[in-house]
Amino acid sequence: MKTFLKGGIHPPEYKITADSPIVRLPIPPELRIMLSQCIGAPSKAIVKPGDHVSAGQIIAEAGGFVGAPIHSPVNGTVKKIEPTRTAQGIWQDSIVIAPDEESVENAPDQIRSDQEVDNLSPEDVIAIVGEAGIVGLGGATFPTRVKLSVPKGKTATTVLINGAECEPCLTCDDALMRSEADKIAKGTLLIMKATGATEGYIGIEENKPRAIEAMKKASEAYSNLSVVTLKKKYPQGGEKQLIYAITGKTVPAGALPIETGCIVDNVATAFAIYEAVYTGRPSTERILTVTGPEVTNPGNYLVKNGTPLSFILEYAGGLPEDTGKVIAGGPMMGRAISTIEATATKGLSGLVVLPQSVALRKQEGPCIRCAKCVSVCPMGLEPYLMILQADMKMWDEMSQHGVMNCLECGCCSYACPSHRPILDMIKLGKQELRKKK
Amino acid sequence: MNKLTISLSPHIHSGDSINRRMWNVVIALLPALAVALWTFGLPALWVTLVSVGSCLLAEWLIARFLLHKPCTLSNGSALITGLLLAFNLPSILPLWMVAIGAIVAIGIGKMSFGGLGCNIWNPALVGRVFLLISFPAAMTTWPTGVSSAFNGFTGASTQSDADTGATLLTHLNSGDVSMADYNVLDMAIGQMNGSLGEVGAFAILIGLAYLLITRTITWHIPVSILASAALFSWAFGGNPVLDLLAGGLMLGAVFMATDYVTSPMTHSGQLLFGFMIGLITIIIRKYGAYPEGVSFAILLMNSFVPLINRYFRPAIFGEKERRQTA
Amino acid sequence: MVTASIIVLGVIGIIAAILLFLAAKKFYVYEDPRIGEIEKILPGANCGGCGFSGCHAFAVECANASSLSGLNCTGVDAEGMKKIAGIVGLAAVAAQKKVAIVKCSASCENRDPRNHYDGVRSCAIESALYQGESDCIYGCLGCGDCVAACPFGAMQMEPGETLPHIDLNKCTGCGKCVEACPRNLCELVPYNEGRPIVWVACANRDRGPVAMKECGVACIGCTKCRKVCPNEAPAIASFLAHIEQEKCTSCGECIKACPRHTIVSTSPINSNTTVI
Repeated sequence: MKTFLKGGIHPPEYKITADSPIVRLPIPPELRIMLSQCIGAPSKAIVKPGDHVSAGQIIAEAGGFVGAPIHSPVNGTVKKIEPTRTAQGIWQDSIVIAPDEESVENAPDQIRSDQEVDNLSPEDVIAIVGEAGIVGLGGATFPTRVKLSVPKGKTATTVLINGAECEPCLTCDDALMRSEADKIAKGTLLIMKATGATEGYIGIEENKPRAIEAMKKASEAYSNLSVVTLKKKYPQGGEKQLIYAITGKTVPAGALPIETGCIVDNVATAFAIYEAVYTGRPSTERILTVTGPEVTNPGNYLVKNGTPLSFILEYAGGLPEDTGKVIAGGPMMGRAISTIEATATKGLSGLVVLPQSVALRKQEGPCIRCAKCVSVCPMGLEPYLMILQADMKMWDEMSQHGVMNCLECGCCSYACPSHRPILDMIKLGKQELRKKK
Repeated sequence: MNKLTISLSPHIHSGDSINRRMWNVVIALLPALAVALWTFGLPALWVTLVSVGSCLLAEWLIARFLLHKPCTLSNGSALITGLLLAFNLPSILPLWMVAIGAIVAIGIGKMSFGGLGCNIWNPALVGRVFLLISFPAAMTTWPTGVSSAFNGFTGASTQSDADTGATLLTHLNSGDVSMADYNVLDMAIGQMNGSLGEVGAFAILIGLAYLLITRTITWHIPVSILASAALFSWAFGGNPVLDLLAGGLMLGAVFMATDYVTSPMTHSGQLLFGFMIGLITIIIRKYGAYPEGVSFAILLMNSFVPLINRYFRPAIFGEKERRQTA
Repeated sequence: MVTASIIVLGVIGIIAAILLFLAAKKFYVYEDPRIGEIEKILPGANCGGCGFSGCHAFAVECANASSLSGLNCTGVDAEGMKKIAGIVGLAAVAAQKKVAIVKCSASCENRDPRNHYDGVRSCAIESALYQGESDCIYGCLGCGDCVAACPFGAMQMEPGETLPHIDLNKCTGCGKCVEACPRNLCELVPYNEGRPIVWVACANRDRGPVAMKECGVACIGCTKCRKVCPNEAPAIASFLAHIEQEKCTSCGECIKACPRHTIVSTSPINSNTTVI
């Protein structure tokens, strides 16, 4: 079975929502759509308070080349444009929309037939993706339009669709692959068309047999598309790890995947591209996993962009009494949110509710140089050294030791028997180095 | 409801802890301890108790009154140092010497560097070598009447003290034993003379198996030490089986050289580390003045660990490709 | 036998002594003896408050200077600088003593922590990757980076406390805390003994209503302090008042007028004064 070269850990899965179907969440009484939803410049609002907007209408345009427009998820009225707190507790501008009383779902009208899609040129596909405001839905939220535009002098040969979902707890990609395999396969073909790649692979970890089966069935019809079963090991879904596992190629340190001719996208992104091209629906909703050992109704929910997290959690049975931490994303790489007043954004892939006993860190001890962090690091770094260097503010030495290669997967902190905050200090070092540049 | 906790990722932990690892080592040491008690009887118990007690007391006193650090006895590292030191001593060593060895091991070998994780050399071995150099006679005086393997020729020993037994290595060094005179089975189960912990090769192997199964250590250091010792023993015209089973090689390879703090960080570095320990041990045994060289070999290689760490760094993923494209 | 040993060792000792003497002659570097004397007066903390890389560099600078203006060690008092002036034979130039103040006075009672931060106790990390435990994204994080940075032990933060305290007698105004604070809450201000410093202990630049929600003692930019001040010392920008110390006479009128009790002083001026 294929896997990446070095390091990695085997955290327990906790995928209690693995069998849950996708449930559509009701529309909340008020949506707060953040203007900063992707890497790059925040979008600029083009509606005013009092405007009536319909579902799918652009309400904010891209703030720059690296940026994406934002669409209204519902029919409704713009109430105001005011700051809302993000999950990290920062105030950022948002558009507040009150949905109409009987805001009906717009029917999934197919606006392009297979034939018409075949006739689209690569540039057309990229333009549609750009207009639909699609960003990397795995969590990085890099605008997909930019990713699909292969830079001059490079050629894309391979498209890799990341269905590894190596994060514990999360099952949203699994659920999507089980129910929408055909659409993901077609979305993959569209990415291949846009980038000029000739082969496509969908990498799925072995612990999702039904998703593998569904995707295999869906991709049978296409000779240039195949499903690869990957070993269950974290971080299998890391971009460079996935490329190595599937193609055997190594992305040079500090370079982008296109250096090896690969384009990596999440399954949810492939699905969003299908939706945009075939049905004309922009990126206004996504599936997210709400889970946790004490959550009453854990599941995979289809959520409108801008839905308050408190509304989502209420639907899942409310926050348990003993809640210690709510994580946006998975427990390995997600961020602990500081307020549930924040709203769902395009990059939110899950809400994991941890009880107090799990949430709090243990007392840290001295480094005993057991070398565990070295042996689990998938990038071949020396985390034990970097935490010491960061402690002494030796930023240049950290840089020489390749700290910028760190993908922040958290294997080192996870495995450290001394509970040392290795990744915290590495992140601080990266931050300081970026500041110096 | 509680206030939401915020901290950086990752939000879960493997549950591994220093305490768990240290207590695993203690458990792995128990079979060898049992063999020592069986072979040497009560004196072995006193030596062990005094060694462990002095180590714990020394650590507590130094942490409390000199370093003003919180008490760290519960992590078991001082207990391990105490046990390992006892394993390296003859069972009839005067108890006050044992106490001095323990204080040196903890005080100079570990705490003077700042405590757990900061020391350069294996503390127990620092204690043992200190005793070996300070009290050479006492440290090479072994109880008599223990070893069935040697019953036939203890009388032929060149040592003048009639009450003193001798280890196999003493005999080998003085050239008065031939290969036919030992019994491998006896040696494996502990029916021979020597320090407390080094006599039961089989018990040590049980400990090794336990450490490997619980993933407390990896195979690299013990296997490379034993393999290189066997190789060079054969190359220098010795008997590999004899060299592996005799003396403290097993004990050193499994419990002393694998000490986290004083061994290299990468697997390739660990292999070199082990290889060199095997080589130096055999050279000392063959050509040195001391009959046994494991402790010196390990301490010597401990000193080289920072250098090994510097030259055997893990390869950064993609770094080679970056050089090629640049 | 013993005699031979004594003779051999003695000869070796004499040869070594001669070699050492020659080496010392050969490699002798002249250093102005005044540099050493000046260094004895300096605190030796190498804080860099004087603008040079350390105490030695400052001493060299003093010894070579033609005038002492602009050269001032923050760590020694006026007496000390006079001594240095005496050593180099120049007139002492009196420099204004400066001390650090902290522009936040929000303890837990005023600013209820919304979250519990459970990472490394470092303001740098907490500020870089989160917005702190409370709603205010400008205020003190309370992890004590400044306390750790202070080379003179002038900053204190007792366990359980969330704000640093500055001991004005120990503070030399070297500016280490200013560098250390990721939220730029520390500021160096002139300090004359006998005249208390009055400052706005807040850095919140949010609009009044928002600031009011975020913190019980946040400045809301109401301009009352400016109105009562006879010298127009308080300046208001981005909904935040800032007292210009050159104009302030420490009359304490603004302290009385401030509806939010945001303006504080180093020693009591009137009944409303909050002393930090």
